[in-house]
Amino acid sequence: MLTFIVRRLLFAVPVLLGVVFVVMLTIDLLPGDAVTLMLGEHATKDAVAALREHLGLDKSFAVRYVDYVGRLAHGDLGRSIQQNRPVAAELADAWPATLQLTIAALVIAAAVGVAAGVVSAVWPNSLFDALARLGSLFGLSMPIFWTGLVLIVVFSLWLNWLPVGGAGSLSHLVLPAMTLALPSVAMVSRMTRSAVLDVLGEDYVRTARAKGVGEWWVLGKHALRNAFIPILTLLGLQSGQLMGGAVLTETVFAWPGLGRLMVKAIFARDYILLQGAVLVFALAFVVVNLLVDLSYGLLDPRVSRQG
Amino acid sequence: MTAWTRFCRNRLALLGLALVLVLTLSALLAPWLAPLDPARQSLIEKRARPGGKYLLGADEFGRDILSRVIYGSRVALLVGVLSMVIALVGGLLLGTLAGFAGGWLDAVLMRGVEILLAFPYLLLALAIVAVLGPGALNTTIAVGIWGVPAVTRIVRGSVLALRETEYVGAARALGSPAAALLRRHILPNIVPGLIVYATLFMANAILLEAALSFLGLGVQPPTASWGLMVSTGRDVLLVAPHVATVPGLAIMLAVLAFNLVGDGLRDALDPRLRGSA
Repeated sequence: MLTFIVRRLLFAVPVLLGVVFVVMLTIDLLPGDAVTLMLGEHATKDAVAALREHLGLDKSFAVRYVDYVGRLAHGDLGRSIQQNRPVAAELADAWPATLQLTIAALVIAAAVGVAAGVVSAVWPNSLFDALARLGSLFGLSMPIFWTGLVLIVVFSLWLNWLPVGGAGSLSHLVLPAMTLALPSVAMVSRMTRSAVLDVLGEDYVRTARAKGVGEWWVLGKHALRNAFIPILTLLGLQSGQLMGGAVLTETVFAWPGLGRLMVKAIFARDYILLQGAVLVFALAFVVVNLLVDLSYGLLDPRVSRQG
Repeated sequence: MTAWTRFCRNRLALLGLALVLVLTLSALLAPWLAPLDPARQSLIEKRARPGGKYLLGADEFGRDILSRVIYGSRVALLVGVLSMVIALVGGLLLGTLAGFAGGWLDAVLMRGVEILLAFPYLLLALAIVAVLGPGALNTTIAVGIWGVPAVTRIVRGSVLALRETEYVGAARALGSPAAALLRRHILPNIVPGLIVYATLFMANAILLEAALSFLGLGVQPPTASWGLMVSTGRDVLLVAPHVATVPGLAIMLAVLAFNLVGDGLRDALDPRLRGSA
């Protein structure tokens, strides 16, 4: 088990190095020049050259890449161009807010999605099933930033129940988390419905029923446990999509997280900050997938982790 | 029963098809359908409520929202179709290459495809646009690149399966070049799968274009793009909610339409998958 975790974490290293390489290379190929942008068009040649040297832009790509990776090993991500603060500090300020938001959304997606999917599967073609399937179709078709705005109009403007935006209390979290969760709720409920329906058609479920096992026990012990593997895989994939959705949700609700920081960095052409933000997202992505793989073993004894 | 009759029995899919037709007509006939010039400003009538002269109201600059929604369908469909072409061409090339070449090239390509497929698509598109810069063309490229890995995987899988069949082996033995093999034997087999994928891709492409434009990194003003319209409406959300919410409704209906048609096509072309998520 331990060797498996260590191996997977080691596998993450080339992935992250690759991400850094691709990001740096594409920025390098850009026509726009960050230095001219910072100093304005009327800056003297000397000033431009001095700043280029200060930022290390006068060196070749290979030297800068090795340099960046070397400093990365010491936890040094460079200084942001716009704020002139260490990138690591800016990211450290922002990531807890994004983590809070995505975990809240993931919990909503898992709870509501699985519950709705199971009810749909137990009573297929019922009124609830029809409504849930229609709802999930809409959930997958609504642009997330628009859902957020509609929720603001309903719950903040008309009902005056919840704040329009910002962070700080639990009431600030409700609308952004609901917004971010909605497409995932739709995906999870669809997947749960079909997974549970599949399992309920299996021979061992019929056997269990035939020997007089109670319907709830059949559902909990046999159906759900077996249906959980595909659901869990989907939740892992969804947590990746949630990170992307967080960019939009944070923009709509002025949520002070990584997504908003990333959009700000793009607008300010602050490539050093952008590089750091992309790296954190990539790292989070690797960790989430590792957690999903590990949980297979816990849920399904047939999956063993030897070596 | 043919695929078409199966499709016609699916009422939701037909509804989606009708919506797609309306959308296409609105894009083609925009200058004749729009009641007003989408760029005409009237500052004394800014944020006019829906009804009267402005059926769906007016925006922050007093521009007619209905006319802008109609013109916005052009942007949505154009970006969607062009990015689909990029995704299909790129995926066909890479998928065929990986499938026929095999070995380390195949391994490297498919590893990359797997990573890209699992990576949050909005972040990927954001990164591409951050590099290319905002604008309609760059948005199209970003959305198209996002679609390449999935097409690559579909094409490669099919090439691998068909490469071993006897008739493809015979064609190769006769000296048929790879391009001819692709056109005569491989393509006809993957067209149904690609049609389904392309339809569902349109839904996601419209969503992605809207999201990028909403963030200010996609289509630029004054072009009437739905995502951009939601974004400008956001500033006046609390005084005039219709400015942001009406264009969003258009996005939702367009995406819903392509999702319904895509689901219907999948069920019709491959009955074994019926009802699966």
